[in-house]
Parts: sequence; C-alpha cells; structure tokens
Amino acid sequence: MNGFFTVLVRDVGLAYRQGGAALLAVAFFVVVVTLFPLGIGPESEILSRISAGVVWTAALLAALLSLDRMFQADLEDGSLDLLAMAPVPMAAIVLAKCAAHWITTALPLIVVAPVLAILMQMPTEGLAVLLASMLLGTPALSLLGGIGAALTAGIRRGGVLLSLLVLPLYIPVLIFAVGAVDASIGGLAARPHLLLLAAVTLVSSVIAPIAGAAAIKLALE
Amino acid sequence: MHFAAKDVTCIRGDRLVFADLSFALASGEALLLRGRNGSGKSSLLRIAAGLLEPASGSLILDDVDRLADPDRFRDAVAYVGHLDPLKAVLSIAENLDFWWRLHGRRGTVDAALARFGLDDLAAIPARYLSAGQRRRVNLARLFVAPAPLWLLDEPTTGLDAASIAALVDAIAEHRGGGGAVMVATHIDIDLPGHRTLALDAVAAGGAP
Repeated sequence: MNGFFTVLVRDVGLAYRQGGAALLAVAFFVVVVTLFPLGIGPESEILSRISAGVVWTAALLAALLSLDRMFQADLEDGSLDLLAMAPVPMAAIVLAKCAAHWITTALPLIVVAPVLAILMQMPTEGLAVLLASMLLGTPALSLLGGIGAALTAGIRRGGVLLSLLVLPLYIPVLIFAVGAVDASIGGLAARPHLLLLAAVTLVSSVIAPIAGAAAIKLALE
Repeated sequence: MHFAAKDVTCIRGDRLVFADLSFALASGEALLLRGRNGSGKSSLLRIAAGLLEPASGSLILDDVDRLADPDRFRDAVAYVGHLDPLKAVLSIAENLDFWWRLHGRRGTVDAALARFGLDDLAAIPARYLSAGQRRRVNLARLFVAPAPLWLLDEPTTGLDAASIAALVDAIAEHRGGGGAVMVATHIDIDLPGHRTLALDAVAAGGAP
C-alpha cells in the first residue's frame, strides 16, 4: 500500500511539474466539443439530442492523449527496471500509474464537462447524471488504457496502435454512460445504466493491474 | 550470502548468446565480466537481477532457487544498468528520495548523496546534470536500497578519476562488509582478488 502511494504521488508530481499533459487534454476536449456546433449548426434541438454522445466521445479521445507515456517514459530511462525490482508488486505499480492518469487527465475533464454540456444545449436534467457517469466511467478509461499503455510501452510511436487497441475496449463505457444521460433526459431511470457503468469500472480495476503487470514483464525482456 | 548460477543459457531473439554458464559468488568476492560487445555481459547481469528470464538453467541464493522464493532474491540484489533512471524535472535528492521511499525506508538520503560527492548538487534538477553526474546519482542508489549483491553494468561510464576512486572505495567497503559484486567493465578498475568470467570463451563453447 505504501509503495502504491509512493508511485502515485511521484507520478502526479511529475505530471504537475512537467505541466502540459492535463492542460493539453482539457484543451483538446474543449476544442473537439466546440467543433460540433460549428459543423452541425446552432439548432438547439439537434445539439441537445447528441450532447451526451459528443461530450463522452470527446472525453474518450482526450483521455487517450497522455496514455502512451504512462510506461514508456519509465522504460526509456531505465526506471521501469528498478520499479520491477522494487519490493512492491508490479500490479500495485500499474494500479498506481492508472490512478495517477485518472487524477491528472480524467479529473480535469470531469470539471469542464458540465460547461461543455451546457454549450451543447444539454437539458439541465441531464447534467447531474452526466457528472455521475463521468465519475463512475472515467476510472475504467484510465484502467483499460493502462493495459494498452503497458502493451505498447516498448513500441516506438506506438500511440496509434494504442488507440486501436484501447478504443474498442472503451465501447461499453460509452454505451452505458450515454445511455444513462439520455435516460435521465427522457425521464427514465438512469440507475440501471450507472450500475452497469460501475460494473465495467470494477471489472477493469481487477483485470487491468494483472494484465498490465504481465505486459510490463514482456516489455522488460 | 552465497549466489550461484547453474547452467544458465541466454537466447536473445534467435541468437544463442551464451550456453550452460555456471559460476558462484560468496560474501566478499568480486566477479569481473569480460567479453567483446554483444558477448552477453549485460544480459547476464539482467538475468542475475531477475529482469530477464534465462532460456534454461537456474539461479540459486543460499541454496534456495530463485523461483522458489523470488521476494528474497529480489531484496538481495541491487542493479545499476547502463541507463540512469533520473527524472529531469526532479532534483537529485527528490530522485533518490523516491527510490528510498519505494524500498520502505524513512529518513533522508543525505548519506547516500555524500558517498559520491553529490551534497552540493542535491537541490539541482536532474536535467542540468552532466553524464558523469547522472551516473554518480545512479550509483548513489546502491546506498539508498542496500543489498548484499551489487550488479554493475559498465559503472565507470562518464566518471572522472575522483569518482572512479569513490566507486572503488565503495566496492571495497561493500565487500569488506560481507557483500559481493558482479561488474561488467571495459576499463581496469582496482578490484583486489577478483575473479574473471570471460564470456567470449563461453559463447565459443569453451569452459569459462
């Protein structure tokens, strides 16, 4: 547990000092969402209909941006060798790095998401559920992304491959999250969707550390 | 401490690097690895560190196979590879402090810094360091996470004469305290009473 927090604190600190990563993801998120009103036109009915899907799709893409460096930076400077030799299970280190990614990338996205949703004319009934769906769903993005990042750590310019690996895994998150928001806007219960979303996050929190640790072992060979 | 490798074979890609390599290392001993580029010095050190799986053969620490007790084996070795694992935006002290805390230790890293004359540089971000200074920080890790078996891969790269002397002193003191070292190096450093493992001979099929 101690090792988990040591790695978490170090990675969050590094992201903060290096700057950029979180800001870049948020800027990308904002730009992608604002493209839709420009491309589709200002009819509030259409925008409101697609708002949940647009915000969530843009959030998926923004979360991908900083994934590729999750393990690659440590592999390139030899830190990963030493992390593998430390008296901390590799699964705990993978989990800590996913948590650091969530804090530095996903959390800022959650903060700006309601503003972008309002921009997209999302009815106010949907905003609370959108926030809930992001809080429940984005940890799965970081966790599943961690598997992809571990698998592509040893590949130069593996960013595109990483996106191709990870985006299909994000589909359940997208479906349940948008389903929850649309249900609440349509006056239906959002709860079943949110529960399924939480289930996806829980399952990935079990799978990601194990799969990520196995992939890291291969990357070090 | 008694460390032994038994019939270790290393295959990288499709190439046989070395086969059926056996050696033993007891407390206070030093083993110097010699061989041309690509003869498997780094691979052997990575195998000894547990980072690389040998194609066959076993590693034994105090009569216990590595696979039987990987945790004890892991705690017994300290590895300094040819990469210096420093984060450019963190200061030297912060870089070392991370490894210090990851190994569950408390206190400060001042003593480790002093070993390689880094006290004055402690607050400087690693991005401003020269290659030799980076290597000294890497070597200072040996005192941050002490282990009985040191595995050093070309530890003198980039070091000046004074720092090489500090390294030689550190190794002598470590061996005096019951530790052992395995060193791969191209330049001659002062290792009294060391044994040499010539990897060229092993690769060619001869006896070590």
